[in-house]
Amino acid sequence: MVADILVNGLVHSGVYAMLSLGFGLVFGVGRVLNLAHTAFYMIAAYGIFYLVRMGLAMPVATALTAVGVMAVGLAIYKVFIEPVREVESTVLITTLAAAILLQEVAMVLFGSELRHVPPAFPGYTLIAGVRVGNQEMATLVLAGVCLAGVWLLLSHTRLGLAIRAAAQDREVANLMGINVNRVTAIVMGLGFLLAALAGAAIAPLSPVEPQMWMHPLVIVLAAVVLGGLGSLKGSLIGAVILAFAEVVVVFLVPGGSYLRTAVALLIMVCVFLVRPEGLFGASIAEER
Amino acid sequence: MHYLRSFLHYLRAEVFVLPTRIIAVAFVIALLILPLFTQDPYLLRMLILASVFAIYATSWDILAGYAGQISLGHALFFGTGAYTTALLGLHLGLPPSLTVPLGAVAATLAGLAVGIPCLRLRKHYLALATLAFPLMLTGLVFMFPGFSGGEGGIWRIARLAATRVGEYYLIVGTMLAVVLILWRIAGSRVGLIFHAIREDEVAARALGINTIRYKLLAFAISGFTAGVAGALYAHVTRIAGPSNLNLFMSFQPIIWTIFGGVATVYGPVTGVFILYPALDLLHVVLPQYRMLIFALLVLFILRFMPQGVTTWVRDRIERVCPSCRVRNVATRRTCRACGAELRD
Repeated sequence: MVADILVNGLVHSGVYAMLSLGFGLVFGVGRVLNLAHTAFYMIAAYGIFYLVRMGLAMPVATALTAVGVMAVGLAIYKVFIEPVREVESTVLITTLAAAILLQEVAMVLFGSELRHVPPAFPGYTLIAGVRVGNQEMATLVLAGVCLAGVWLLLSHTRLGLAIRAAAQDREVANLMGINVNRVTAIVMGLGFLLAALAGAAIAPLSPVEPQMWMHPLVIVLAAVVLGGLGSLKGSLIGAVILAFAEVVVVFLVPGGSYLRTAVALLIMVCVFLVRPEGLFGASIAEER
Repeated sequence: MHYLRSFLHYLRAEVFVLPTRIIAVAFVIALLILPLFTQDPYLLRMLILASVFAIYATSWDILAGYAGQISLGHALFFGTGAYTTALLGLHLGLPPSLTVPLGAVAATLAGLAVGIPCLRLRKHYLALATLAFPLMLTGLVFMFPGFSGGEGGIWRIARLAATRVGEYYLIVGTMLAVVLILWRIAGSRVGLIFHAIREDEVAARALGINTIRYKLLAFAISGFTAGVAGALYAHVTRIAGPSNLNLFMSFQPIIWTIFGGVATVYGPVTGVFILYPALDLLHVVLPQYRMLIFALLVLFILRFMPQGVTTWVRDRIERVCPSCRVRNVATRRTCRACGAELRD
């Protein structure tokens, strides 16, 4: 039981962390509250499903899906979101409409039934006497590589410096000669890439269906604000907390799968009662 | 006779001078006389539901558009209204004339219950905290299926009126009354304070406005109105279920309001009366692609009218006088109030 909770909690933490990281980056740099973020994760899972059924190997399918999702995402960003970026409430609805659009496209192309992707790494390994599925391990490794990659990009490259500068203050970064619009587009692309990889990581583990974006969206939003908007470290910790809360409720409470979202959100609200700016968020006085 | 003359004078001086006001009056009259020409049950039902949703969308506009307290969990109030009226009818057998107001009161209390813990939260934090509440209530509904109906919901709720036309007038009348009251509130001193809180809460407090009281007032008004909508919806569809509390139900009023034009009161009504019939029509014509077309419609219209449809249209057919801020028809050369020249 404890081992199950640990393994499942870690796998979900990995997936939610990838999603929250992308979402947090997009919000921090682009000031876009992207409600369509997890819809890209959904279409990536469908992309994997389709390409694997066509007979492609998992790594090839993942690479193709990632490129495809980034292309679709950037097209939607350029055509619909960037022109209205200044009007905050309109961005909210534009991204929501984009999410519904993607859901309906998936529905029309693949139907609403649950689809399953065969695991690329079947079997299991014994670790300290606990059976851990190889697919779960692959998901964890993928999440770890992604997080490390993003960390290296942000902290050790000039592009990363530009991204952090734009996140801190768009206007000043613009004055310092950073092409803020291009940096925003790059960050959007990075967010879509992370969402696509998260979709690739989850596809072999859980059924694929057109509505699978709603639940992670709620959790990602909760994780990002729980950690504090604008703090990437915070959103990762928030993702881990909520993932484990969900898994514990599902395993320990009878009928817990109904309550998992409620409990995760209750934790978020309780944190807000103590710290209104989230665990690692800037307090109101420092906020621009 | 005297009253008639002053009424006609009022019409000429205040209503017929602005095309948007003519449209609004024509819309109200058309809604009221429609059953005289057709009693097609499908059409009446569509307009009844559109009116219920218009109440719901306007309640979101008061809280988020005016007071700036963006709520992503408005389904909490809608669902509280629906469930309260359904449960009172089911367990106590009370008539709708009692349960609908009680549902609205329960939703007001829900508004205060959400508003008080959320007073310290700002902007996105508030939006996402409110997102949580209807989903937590859904968890409670599933936990006590014997009392709440669980996943299937509560069926066979009493009708509001014996005939479809009676129901139509009851609901359209309620909608017009609620929208008129909210419009008066939005135009009053309270509405002005809501604007101030949205634009800069710290500055509003520095001016001596008790922002806490007004924010709670916004939550209470909005909760009450959304509760009325939810309770009416339960009686019209005769079922109250978890779908009244889900994420899409929370997002719908936001789509309608922003599509129509935020912080206007008439914007959300317009949004509902354009989008809801459109969605219904698509359901008949192209059921498989209806949400797809709906999403594309919203995307494209907001791409070209980011401030919403009514604002876009209003800015095309009306112009604000540069010196006295009175609105004028775009065809006028001089301001109707102060005579100042209107330049392009």
